[in-house]
Amino acid sequence: MTESTIKLAVTRYRPGQDREPTVQTYTVPYHDDWVVLDALQYVKDNIDGTLSFRWSCHMGVCGSCGMMVDGTPKLTCAAFLRESYPREVRVEPLANFPVVRDLIVDIDDFMHKLSEVKPYIIREDLDSLPLGLGHELRQTPAELEDFKQFGMCINCMLCYSACPVYAMEPKFLGPAAIALAHRYNMDSRDQGRNQRMPVIGSSEGIWECTFVGECSVVCPKHVDPAAAIQRTKLATTNDWFKSMLMPWGNR
Amino acid sequence: MYKINTNEPFWWGLFMGGAGMIGMFLPVLILVFGLAIPGGAVPPASYDTVRLIHLLGQPASVGNLLVKVFLFGVFSLTFFHWAHRFRYLLFDLGLHGGRTAVEYLCYSAALAATIYTAVTLFVIA
Repeated sequence: MTESTIKLAVTRYRPGQDREPTVQTYTVPYHDDWVVLDALQYVKDNIDGTLSFRWSCHMGVCGSCGMMVDGTPKLTCAAFLRESYPREVRVEPLANFPVVRDLIVDIDDFMHKLSEVKPYIIREDLDSLPLGLGHELRQTPAELEDFKQFGMCINCMLCYSACPVYAMEPKFLGPAAIALAHRYNMDSRDQGRNQRMPVIGSSEGIWECTFVGECSVVCPKHVDPAAAIQRTKLATTNDWFKSMLMPWGNR
Repeated sequence: MYKINTNEPFWWGLFMGGAGMIGMFLPVLILVFGLAIPGGAVPPASYDTVRLIHLLGQPASVGNLLVKVFLFGVFSLTFFHWAHRFRYLLFDLGLHGGRTAVEYLCYSAALAATIYTAVTLFVIA
């Protein structure tokens, strides 16, 4: 009995050894319940231990294993081999990011942008708040619904990889960072909106977006960053016209 | 309140205003003036261009003025919608140098078309 196999065409780049990325093809066993990450782990364990890639949870929660699978940014733990079989599977590092080694990309730019939008609850009255049991900041289910969808982001950066605007303009704040800023702006417990808006409303923020919508297509968590950006554009425009027409209305 | 480093909300506001106008009114305007009338669906006696211009040119009545203001709103916002869209289209197509020049050109063209519309509607007609 012969075992069925599938070919894996993987982009390799070994700094100090390769001048530029090359493609290496591995033949691995094919199982219809295997995902691309399974195949990569098979290569690392049985064929070539020098192949480098990031992963952690293997269940679509950690956001570490994003790669280009057949040209589309995907979580490799959720991309089944059967979607390509019997054709070979092409695996490349996430587009639009500098490659560190093989399938590992440099995420510093994103991490910096993420911290710039302050993706956490900000309270001006933190010192005077009686926190603790019985003093929680309460929310209605409707208030939770306002931001819940945008809080599902796992920082996998597939949206940056799919975004043609980020590809052309690396200064663009990008889908996930704006979606997370929107998530906290919409949170009824938060008081940090005025700190975030100068960042996301800047010329490198929401205005670069031309509503291509690929971010929302590839998002494995259905966050819909494109909607977050559109809503933020509307809110910023309202604020801008208000401040122009009623400069005395500053709160 | 907060401050941002750009007046982009102004242009985006015009862009969205134009999107609303285009979505709401352009289809029916195109249907009536582009297809129905040239196609003969409207009896000639009930409509002709001279009569429309004559109606617009009637000595100021509130009705005429409202029609003119409405048409001015539809056309001017549509022009600015185009300008904004075209500006980003050029950028998407890879025109990276001279972004400021492109911005001036696009919005100036929309402003010129808007002034032309205003003159046509309020001065000539």
